[in-house]
Amino acid sequence: MKPAPFDYLRAASAEEALAALAEHGDEARILAGGQSLMPMLNMRLLQPRIIVDVSAIAELGKIDARDGHLAVGASVTQSGLMASSDLATRSPLLAGALPWVGHFQTRNRGTVCGSVAHADPSAEIPLCLVALEGEVVLRSARRRRTVVAETFFIGPLTTLRKPDEMIEAVRFRLPKPGAGHAFREVAMRHGDFAITACAAVVDADRIRLAVGGVGDRPVARNWPILKGDALDDALNAFAWELGGDDDQHATARYRRDLVRRVGRLVIEEARSCQA
Amino acid sequence: MPSLNAQTKHPVTITLNDGTRTGHASPRMLLSDFLRHELGAHGTKVGCEHGVCGACTIRLDGVAARACLTLAVQADGRRVDTVEGLAPDGRMTTLQDAFNRHHALQCGFCTAGILMSLSDYLERVPKPTETELRDMLSGHLCRCTGYAGIVRAVMDVTGQASGNADAKDASGRKEPGHV
Ligand SMILES: Cc1cc2nc3c(=O)[nH]c(=O)nc-3n(C[C@@H](O)[C@H](O)[C@H](O)COP(=O)(O)OP(=O)(O)OC[C@H]3O[C@@H](n4cnc5c(N)ncnc54)[C@H](O)[C@@H]3O)c2cc1C
Ligand code: FES
Ligand code: FES
Repeated sequence: MKPAPFDYLRAASAEEALAALAEHGDEARILAGGQSLMPMLNMRLLQPRIIVDVSAIAELGKIDARDGHLAVGASVTQSGLMASSDLATRSPLLAGALPWVGHFQTRNRGTVCGSVAHADPSAEIPLCLVALEGEVVLRSARRRRTVVAETFFIGPLTTLRKPDEMIEAVRFRLPKPGAGHAFREVAMRHGDFAITACAAVVDADRIRLAVGGVGDRPVARNWPILKGDALDDALNAFAWELGGDDDQHATARYRRDLVRRVGRLVIEEARSCQA
Repeated sequence: MPSLNAQTKHPVTITLNDGTRTGHASPRMLLSDFLRHELGAHGTKVGCEHGVCGACTIRLDGVAARACLTLAVQADGRRVDTVEGLAPDGRMTTLQDAFNRHHALQCGFCTAGILMSLSDYLERVPKPTETELRDMLSGHLCRCTGYAGIVRAVMDVTGQASGNADAKDASGRKEPGHV
């Protein structure tokens, strides 16, 4: 359980990190909080030639609310975002979901952008990013581009990011006035990855439900304001579209049932906290 | 800063519990191994080496973190607090003392990590509810105690339950060794 040898660069600036990525391509790996990468290195699931540590880059440590978005830089930890001022008003959904990301001790080091880069299909932060119609800001030595979260995630641990790109920041949409938000997940124990997680955003004329842990990435659907049987039918159709797989934690059928039930619960909760 | 070569051992200097210590580490060396093998600080324990069990938890610049998910070279120039630093003059802290009184440990393998988590956590949340505390403890595996004694010890030192009342069993008997 020790990593294979690698070179190590503690990048002092984004430029320095990006230059190293440009030079080494897919032989390089970014290290942020290390809470997913280090276990993979320890188990030798990955053997990069060089590790580029971005966790100490001060310029990437910003949390900003502007242009209708809450932008979170690459070195901001999950604990840092949780403790940031006004999170409950700037992003009630994130405020509700972040306590479910691992544990106190892993959130202290794990970053918000690292979770998005890692793209675990049941991870809470990518789910919130999709639910809030967020964006991923990718930067390489040559250019900067912004990708809509819904298209960024391709499959398990797979995204549109190119090897020479770093996620510079992720941008969560700020709440619309009058919108309600709710998050819930079902896991074996608190702190474990979710078997199924649901995030709902409800405003005057739209329900948006995002589901993690069932498909191979977080998936969202929009509906008009449905109620009663019509809502159950929509949830049922969504559950079948997602499909899901059997694994050691749960069957696909159980996961689909969670989409129907927990989905309905979060939609009702989001409605009840509409301002 | 140039990158550190994989094949070479590099000097790593940390502030370990108020003293400056230097050792050598190749980039792939984990902070947990650096503390134990290079600096001889064996208080920090190593269990799973993938972040799950919590035995290796230390404070890095004051923040509770897994030493097994941190590279020694990442800690260069930073402050690392380990369980050895909790009782510098050989006297236990009130929390350690409460762990003793409430039987919050048996084999002790998980204890160093839990104490380091708590020393950070209780500075941020001085009076956690039992639910909050148990949520924090979910980041640690203890295979001996069932966590009940750990919860009692913390509730006691945070002044939320009388140590006496809590340490009695249902028949009102005091636990052995309880003063
Ligand atoms: C015990 C335990 C429980 C956990 N439970 C959960 C959980 O319930 N839910 C959950 O979502 N996660 C969980 N995690 C994982 C979470 O803690 C990680 O923080 C997160 O998945 C990755 O973030 P990181 O900053 O640690 O990234 P790292 O581990 O440093 O990196 C992860 C991957 O992303 C890449 N990367 C990181 N940052 C960037 C960037 N800025 N640009 C491009 N690529 C980048 C790395 O190269 C690597 O491939 C758990 C981890 C542990 C150890
Ligand atoms: S040894 Fe580090 S968490 Fe288990
Ligand atoms: S006291 Fe033995 S594992 Fe906790």
